Amino acid sequence: MSAVRNLLAGEVKEGQEIPPLRINVTATTIVLGALASRDWRPMHHDKDFAVERNGVKNIFINTPNLAAWLERFVTDWTGPKGRLGRMTFKMKSSVFPGDEMTFSGRVTRLATDDTGCHWADVDMAVSVEGVVRFEGKARIALPGNEADNPWTRKGQNWKP
Amino acid sequence: MNGGPSNPPPDAAATDLPPAVQQLIGKPMYEEQSEFPIEIGYVYNTCAATQNGSPLYWDAKVAEEIAGGRIAPPTMLSVWMRPHFWAPGASGERKALQTHFDLKELCGLPEAVVASNEATFGEPVRMGDVLTMRQIVRSVGELKQTKLGQGRFWVIDVETVNQRGEWVGTETYTCLGYRRPEPKA
Repeated sequence: MSAVRNLLAGEVKEGQEIPPLRINVTATTIVLGALASRDWRPMHHDKDFAVERNGVKNIFINTPNLAAWLERFVTDWTGPKGRLGRMTFKMKSSVFPGDEMTFSGRVTRLATDDTGCHWADVDMAVSVEGVVRFEGKARIALPGNEADNPWTRKGQNWKP
Repeated sequence: MNGGPSNPPPDAAATDLPPAVQQLIGKPMYEEQSEFPIEIGYVYNTCAATQNGSPLYWDAKVAEEIAGGRIAPPTMLSVWMRPHFWAPGASGERKALQTHFDLKELCGLPEAVVASNEATFGEPVRMGDVLTMRQIVRSVGELKQTKLGQGRFWVIDVETVNQRGEWVGTETYTCLGYRRPEPKA
């Protein structure tokens, strides 16, 4: 596993920015995400329905898929040993085909709990043309050293 | 469910609720199993849809070394509770989060949006797992005026365990059920 890079808790500082991610959204992006999350509601694949029933300009990304995008964004930064404990997210407005999503994030707090698990709290946002469309917070466990692995924690040793 | 309301959700239950709504609060409902054992195909679909190249999900050897075997991304938790669009013998539209639709009907609020979601993740979801979910209405707020119309906020937890009885995660949905304002004459 030497080729796999994992971020260690000691390498992270409060206030640190997560490397941004930019994604051009197409209708295919939206339909792929809706179907992958088993969300069959028509406003995520049927433009006529979205326009006539929802009163918006086009189909739009569904919330569960945006959560999966946020997970990808934060675990791109941590590497595979980063283990999500908690995520909060809120849609402020929708993401449509033709939008370029910019994912940004910042570490707000670092902590070690009473089991020795190292946590980073992160604020995240998805913006289009500088306006936040979706925002979230994540609590993610990071290894303390090369031998540590948050995924081995179970039961009372996992307190997300 | 497009966009989000600006009003904050309530912390306490309202006192103006119909008895049928009061009775739902705190009661575990709609316990059901995932419709199929957890499978890698859906994991690949989600990773492809989000261009997620993590070797934890694509490389069996890395998954074995880190997680003791193939697992699903934690944010896929809600994926496993959604029903097929169609199934033999099913009639009508099949809905996830049925308590949300019950509340819309019982409160007489035809429209709804999800205001915010929170998910807490426990034991990883592994290939072959069979998950059991149950829905619990935690609170229903007072009728109030919002940007979208007159409505109520409500909070629903979906708790999930695996076939070994291990807690896998809890998703908390804060929703606004509302009625659109009458068009002005």
